[in-house]
Amino acid sequence: MTKADLGIYVHFPFCVRKCDYCDFVSMPGTPDEQAYYLRVLKKEIRGFEALENLYLVRTVFLGGGTPSIMETAQLERIMEQLREQYEFAEDAEITIECNPGTLTEDKLVRYREMGVNRLSIGLQSTHNEELKVLGRIHSYEDFLESYRLARKAGFQNINVDLMSGLPGQSVEAWEDVLRTVVALNPEHVSAYSLIIEEGTPFYERYGSTKGRLLLPKEKEERDMYHMTKDILGEAGYQRYEISNYAKPGRECRHNLTYWTGGEYVGFGLGAYSYLGGRRFGNPKDKQEYWEYARDAYRRYKETPPQTEQATMEEFMFLGLRMMRGISTREFEEKFHIPFQDVYGEPVRKMLAQGFLEEDGSRLRFTDKGIDVSNRLLVEFLL
Amino acid sequence: MAVDQSKIRNFCIIAHIDHGKSTLADRIIEATGTLTQREMQAQVLDNMDLERERGITIKSQAVRVIYKAKDGEEYIFNLIDTPGHVDFNYEVSRSLAACDGAILVVDASQGIEAQTLANVYLALDHDLDVFPVINKIDLPSAEPQRVIEEIEDIIGIEAQDAPLISAKNGINIDQVLEAVVHKIPAPTGDPAAPLKALIFDSLYDSYRGVIVFFRVREGTVRKGTKIRMMATGAEFEVVEVGYFGAGQFIPCEELAAGMVGYLTASIKNVKETRVGDTITQADRPCAEPLPGYKKVQSMVYCGMYPADSAKYPELRDALEKLQINDAALQYEPETSVALGFGFRCGFLGLLHLEIIQERLEREYNLDLVTTAPSVIYKVHKTDGSVVDLTNPTNMPDPSEIEYMEEPIVSAEIMVTTEFIGAIMGLCQERRGVYLGTEYIESTRALLRYELPLNEIIYDFFDALKSRSRGYASFDYEIKGYERSDLVKLDILINKEPVDALSFILHASTAYERGRKMCEKLKEEIPRHLFEIPIQAAIGSKIIARETVKAVRKDVLAKCYGGDITRKRKLLEKQKEGKKRMRQIGSVEVPQKAFMSVLKLDEE
Repeated sequence: MTKADLGIYVHFPFCVRKCDYCDFVSMPGTPDEQAYYLRVLKKEIRGFEALENLYLVRTVFLGGGTPSIMETAQLERIMEQLREQYEFAEDAEITIECNPGTLTEDKLVRYREMGVNRLSIGLQSTHNEELKVLGRIHSYEDFLESYRLARKAGFQNINVDLMSGLPGQSVEAWEDVLRTVVALNPEHVSAYSLIIEEGTPFYERYGSTKGRLLLPKEKEERDMYHMTKDILGEAGYQRYEISNYAKPGRECRHNLTYWTGGEYVGFGLGAYSYLGGRRFGNPKDKQEYWEYARDAYRRYKETPPQTEQATMEEFMFLGLRMMRGISTREFEEKFHIPFQDVYGEPVRKMLAQGFLEEDGSRLRFTDKGIDVSNRLLVEFLL
Repeated sequence: MAVDQSKIRNFCIIAHIDHGKSTLADRIIEATGTLTQREMQAQVLDNMDLERERGITIKSQAVRVIYKAKDGEEYIFNLIDTPGHVDFNYEVSRSLAACDGAILVVDASQGIEAQTLANVYLALDHDLDVFPVINKIDLPSAEPQRVIEEIEDIIGIEAQDAPLISAKNGINIDQVLEAVVHKIPAPTGDPAAPLKALIFDSLYDSYRGVIVFFRVREGTVRKGTKIRMMATGAEFEVVEVGYFGAGQFIPCEELAAGMVGYLTASIKNVKETRVGDTITQADRPCAEPLPGYKKVQSMVYCGMYPADSAKYPELRDALEKLQINDAALQYEPETSVALGFGFRCGFLGLLHLEIIQERLEREYNLDLVTTAPSVIYKVHKTDGSVVDLTNPTNMPDPSEIEYMEEPIVSAEIMVTTEFIGAIMGLCQERRGVYLGTEYIESTRALLRYELPLNEIIYDFFDALKSRSRGYASFDYEIKGYERSDLVKLDILINKEPVDALSFILHASTAYERGRKMCEKLKEEIPRHLFEIPIQAAIGSKIIARETVKAVRKDVLAKCYGGDITRKRKLLEKQKEGKKRMRQIGSVEVPQKAFMSVLKLDEE
């Protein structure tokens, strides 16, 4: 029996300091806490041993938090355990997220040795005053040093995270960020818009009607987005998802798994999985997670598979985030039902309004459609 | 237990709003000694539990207390509550009909106000003996002597020996109690005569059925009495009679002529007990019913629709239940293109409308959408017929209309002289016709105006208060109909007329109002994927326009990693929001947009 493809996500929630806009599961942690966390994590991973004969690991993503602040030896042990438990594809994409200022030459060399072949560096901005506003711990110069070291250590697949729509940011300032980064020639750029999330210090500052005045206006924000596509496009990066740009062949395969309905298992605090038709998430609370991790596998087994309807909806609202869009033929092969019967009406409307375009059996958003994609994706909820 | 009629006093307290009516009522209840202050609190709490348990609200309509007078005798006081607001003259009438006298409370610094007059005249109409008390005499601004003279000059009742009291601080309350004994007549009526009792209120209890509040004029009623409602002909056997304790019902043996109390008789159908009807004995009926009250005419109409159209039957049941308590509430089914199935409801005034709306929402848990209030217009058609128009949607084609008439009120506004200019300005804006000014004293005047009713049903009262810093008071009565240049204003959203937003108004105010409505709707209607014109039109002529711009950006430019649930929740929240909207053509309009246009002048 051929093994199914699998993506593995491992969450390391610890950070030197939580950024002011961040609402992910992350927090500073003492060395003791980190050690305890890893013990639990290993136990959780061990619980999923039974999957070993079913899956071939195509991608691994060590995310956070800031995995690069963990002791390298600990990361090595996690990777060893994963390799012991699962068969890895030869060309498996193995990414680690890291923050400038947390990398050393020694760490980078050892990451290479443990099989990590892709770095995702959280730069956010090349302007130090903007980094300060965001509550980042590093400067642009720190990033340059980390980037140089990474290249030196032999990393040929590097992503840089950037963020637009920052408080007080002008369109010109964003243009400068893009041009500066393009000059460094990373293989991949994730360019997100700042989202003010409830429960963050940013929400306090910018969540109110008055606070919003400090953020770029809607039109500027849209100009920034459109400019991103133009500047990165000229430099040879193709937008392959709403906020992701890559040199040919350098798309993040791990993230593509999320958007194409592929299977993945997430280990660690607040990590998510889509496995055997079941979608489930680990607790975000540490205490709860300690309890949960002990028999995570049993709980996974007890989770009912999600409905076909939910899977269809995801096929659309995840698939359409990608610029290549979705294939109606693929939909019909997967769900054994004529696409027209399910989504004929909204699709016809969106085609007529110029929000969607058709290319053979593929459907994808136009630029106009991307701008208002949330409004459109709602129509695919059944 | 035979009660000596000469020891009963049935009375109410009348006052302008905020002159201290409720506080005095509380003092009387305390001072009568049947309850200590502490017990009173405990009772109130008990009562709230009861309410919670039963899911009903007991309206404290009346209370019976025992007063030991200075002559050594014990008297039964039945204190009957009256609402103070001008909208509720009808309700006041109901309560007054159960009384033999009234205490008139006048604020020692504010003196006579518009509602003071209105309520006194109402009491005199009911042949009640009225005696005044001057309240709030401990305030620094109190001028009791001036107020006493005002009462004598303007109302023409003896006031020199009026008790000077502070209800708040319990000063001279004993004088009020003695005055009740001496100045309010004892009831009359023969306990042995055939039963004749007036229903002045009722409420519905899901366990006991309708609880009827009444005043016995003749005869006696007790448990087991077979009674007949004279107007409806319905007959029942009395299950319980009793009187009103402080916030609770206290059963008793019987209620004889002169007494005030309640009865239950397993009455399930609320329509069988009409407020104002006469109760008699089925096997020994009285010759003719009591006069009852004059029939009230609803003055203000609006459409009420359940926000969730599936709740239509619940709304119907709720209106039916409210109506037993409130005969002034009228309703009949209607259908709106924009809002679906609902009711056209008639009210005494805007406050009455708001109270009903609030009760429906709070007590019956209904989410409502109401349309703009309208008065009754008389449409004289070219074929000679006259139509009463309560719903703007039914306005005939202009080619069929000879002319239209609108209701006019005579208004009395009492105001301190410094604000006369401001108030006259307001009345001018509202198409008022100035009739005259009377100076009550050097600093206060009574302005008389004729105003179209449709100009005062929205927000006149609020405007009056804000332009006089709260000092003006206002009362009105319907004068009649006058010919007027009226037009129907339609609102079009994305070129589609929205029936629920149409209304009738004077041609001279149409532009202003049309513009304001468009502006307000522009704020309330969320941006769509396309541009939405909002227009105000008279017939085919567009008189105002605003545009809701198309949405530019709504995109999740952020990854939540493998957390698909979070993305889904975002989308589901949007979908949920859409459900709460009303679909008008291809535009989704929030329920609240329909309401917001009712309050155009608020900042």
